[in-house]
Amino acid sequence: MSRFLKGVDSFETNERKQLPFYIGLVGFGLIAPFLFPNYLFQIAILWIMILFAQTWDTMGGQMGYNSLGNIFFFGAGMYISAIVQVGLVYDVGVYTSAAGAGKASFTPEQYYQGIIYGTLAAAFGSALLAPILGLIMFGLRAAYFAIGTLGIALAAGELFGAWQWVGGGGGIAMPVHPGTADARAEFFYWFSFGAAVITFLALKRLYQTRFGLAINAIRDDEDKAEALGVHTLRHKIVAWSVSAFFLGISGAIFGNMTGFIEPLEVAFPTVTFGIFMVAMPLLGGKGTLWGPVMGAIVFHLVKEVTWTYLLGWQWVALGMIIIITVVFFQQGIMGWMKEKWPEKFGVVIDQTATEARNKGAAE
Amino acid sequence: MLGNLQLLIAAPALNVQLLLDGILIGAVFALSAYGLALVWGVMNVKNLAQGDFVIFGGYLAWWLQKTFGIHPIFMMPVVMALLFIFGWIMYVLIIRWVIDRDLFTSLLATFGIAFVLQQLLNLAFGPEIQTANSGMQTRTLFSTVSVAEIKVVSFILCCILAALIVAFMKRSRMGQAIRATAQDPRAARIMGIDTERVYAFTYALNAAICGAAGVLIAMIWVIQPFYGITHSIRSFVIVTAAGLGNLPGVIVSALGLGVIEQFGGFVLGAEFQQVAVVGMLLIVLIWRQHQMRKLRQVVQ
Amino acid sequence: MTSSVIEVDNVSKAFGGVIANKEISLTVPNGKITGLIGPNGSGKTTLFNSIVGYHPIDDGSIKFEGNEISTMRVQEIARLGLIRTFQQTRIFSKMNCIDNLLISIPHRTATFKDMFRSYDPETLDKAEALLEFVGLYQKRFLIAGELSFGQQRLLEFATALMNEPKVLLLDEPTAGINPTLINGLIDRLKRANTDFGITLFVIEHNMRVIMNLAENIYCLAHGELLAHGTPDEIQNDQRVIDAYLGAH
Repeated sequence: MSRFLKGVDSFETNERKQLPFYIGLVGFGLIAPFLFPNYLFQIAILWIMILFAQTWDTMGGQMGYNSLGNIFFFGAGMYISAIVQVGLVYDVGVYTSAAGAGKASFTPEQYYQGIIYGTLAAAFGSALLAPILGLIMFGLRAAYFAIGTLGIALAAGELFGAWQWVGGGGGIAMPVHPGTADARAEFFYWFSFGAAVITFLALKRLYQTRFGLAINAIRDDEDKAEALGVHTLRHKIVAWSVSAFFLGISGAIFGNMTGFIEPLEVAFPTVTFGIFMVAMPLLGGKGTLWGPVMGAIVFHLVKEVTWTYLLGWQWVALGMIIIITVVFFQQGIMGWMKEKWPEKFGVVIDQTATEARNKGAAE
Repeated sequence: MLGNLQLLIAAPALNVQLLLDGILIGAVFALSAYGLALVWGVMNVKNLAQGDFVIFGGYLAWWLQKTFGIHPIFMMPVVMALLFIFGWIMYVLIIRWVIDRDLFTSLLATFGIAFVLQQLLNLAFGPEIQTANSGMQTRTLFSTVSVAEIKVVSFILCCILAALIVAFMKRSRMGQAIRATAQDPRAARIMGIDTERVYAFTYALNAAICGAAGVLIAMIWVIQPFYGITHSIRSFVIVTAAGLGNLPGVIVSALGLGVIEQFGGFVLGAEFQQVAVVGMLLIVLIWRQHQMRKLRQVVQ
Repeated sequence: MTSSVIEVDNVSKAFGGVIANKEISLTVPNGKITGLIGPNGSGKTTLFNSIVGYHPIDDGSIKFEGNEISTMRVQEIARLGLIRTFQQTRIFSKMNCIDNLLISIPHRTATFKDMFRSYDPETLDKAEALLEFVGLYQKRFLIAGELSFGQQRLLEFATALMNEPKVLLLDEPTAGINPTLINGLIDRLKRANTDFGITLFVIEHNMRVIMNLAENIYCLAHGELLAHGTPDEIQNDQRVIDAYLGAH
């Protein structure tokens, strides 16, 4: 169904049909702190994962540019936020070299100010890095784009690890939240929940504009789009900037949640979370609005369950899920639902062709 | 860094050293790059697990030496056979389903294999860096340049292996079948070639080649469960620079990369190894992109 | 006085050792329908590709409305109003027909802010009107990939019209179309020319179609320009007859 025609009944444009999902998700989000006070941290990570998955889908699912190194913006955002948060109060170089020699303290005011400015700086900083990378990478198609971006994320981990000003391989200790452990958990819970919801709404709105159609066209047939005069490079760069923007936010929040930024394990976990970022939208159905959300939820659940029961084998199990999804379940959950119940999800069947076929079968 | 650069200029012997080391290790890079090009050319699968197969081979050699005390060089055929079987199994279980699909699928599928392999190696052998003991000496040439005997042996073995592979591809029936399938799978099928077997064999052969490279790497360098991805990227750099089906090009690029890495590592420092390799990747990609732009195409 | 909207002057293009186009010069007059014929392999599509910027040319110049375009990229040329359809019909197979048309609006004056707007009702109306024009209105919500080949051709034609081109380069528009539908297509091509004022430059193999359609025909053979004239002149030109019968 064309998203641009009013009154057309399809899942993605029909708010009423999506309502149960909204209520379910938002409702859960609002009640969770009261139902599961001891798991707030894990659920907060779930919201971050949802944010994560959505940002990848803008580039990969909607536009067809499958980056394997988007985690770069996650880490970049994390470091930018850390630099701002620390830098507003102390000299960054001094702070990082004094690490371990007693924690530097931040007043509540400094803390909250820092985290807000830090997150904003992370968002815009990452968004500005995207066009720079884009100019280098967008001339490459498919395989090289994927490998090139993978390489950039790997190199970034090493570079930041060697950059003494931000703590080098030792990393940065983040400012500590000025409150009880419970207050801290709640703060980050609402922070990540809010960020996930805002990202969802922003992307939803974005996909409904001409931009959404244009990036889908680029995905379907970039040559044809160019032959029609579409400003493909412009759209590609904007898409990556949007992706980077929200990814930077998630990095900033995650860095603060973890409390300690380590370049390879926390900021640029290219081979683990970098790939999970891709697996989640695939699992849920790439190129759809709700696919990344569902994929993130399922993946996160599996991750938590395997951590409890499989421990050391957790990563192996997750890796197998990735392989199985990529090979056997490429359409993802949303794709599978569209195949089973096409009318509900807005796929129009040609009535005359179906009737002719049915008539033929009956005779 | 500048200090290191000055050292280079001041001491010509140092340059020779780095050049030599680069060439000796580059030969091993050439092996795994050739394997990558083979799989790529025949099945259009870009095997992101390449480097992890190498590390796998290395670990097998190392472990076999620890357990049975046999020198890794003698274990090479065993490791190659084991990796061959492993490659065949991977093909049957996973790769064969992604051959005809879009290339992101095959990239991600091989990456999944890489990921699982890394984790399994980590669980089995731990995250410490290991080296296999070759029991060989280091000689000194002209009293300034030191040459590890094992590196020379490794170089010779690479040449022998390369010669064997080339002979195999040219003379044997399977080799011819592989080349025919690479050119045109449909025509090959019409001629009665079982392309499924060819694909499986090719992937398995690649794994075996990687295994051999791994045995050598374990002796002349180091292995670690998570070092595989860097080897994969190295192979991609070489294949991208040389182009598919260009064996001499692969050799030259591989040796070149080896040398550049040695010099880069010396000047910039060892912590920038990954950066150096990725840097080379980007340079090669951008250079190709520039070439393509003159023909107004994109790098495919 | 009709001017030439496209001027091809001494254009040559080779691929490796194969000379696809050799010193071809022709002009496409404004507002009319011009044909390009020739046996298979004579270099017609290559010439089209050169004109729209798909690849650079080795020699010569190509001018559109007096401006040199041979060094420009595909998107820039498209934004000047020179649109082509593909021999292997390319449409956006995963979108429905309406969306295919919406994405095809002209991008000449598209600014940064335009990226984030929605489509106005006038654009939607125009999309529906064009779908009606090619007879696909009933199927407008179907996914383009599920249309029949002939229908996809018509859709591609509609997307080209939606882009408000000045000149439309059509590569074998009737190839693979059911003979009973060809007349309808010819009719629409003529109306695009007379009603919408679009200049057409058409590659065709179907002689009946091109002789009926074009006022002015060029014939290529072996990469060179062989003959040029009205349909009558071309039909009676011995060199053209020989080229098709393979006397060379």
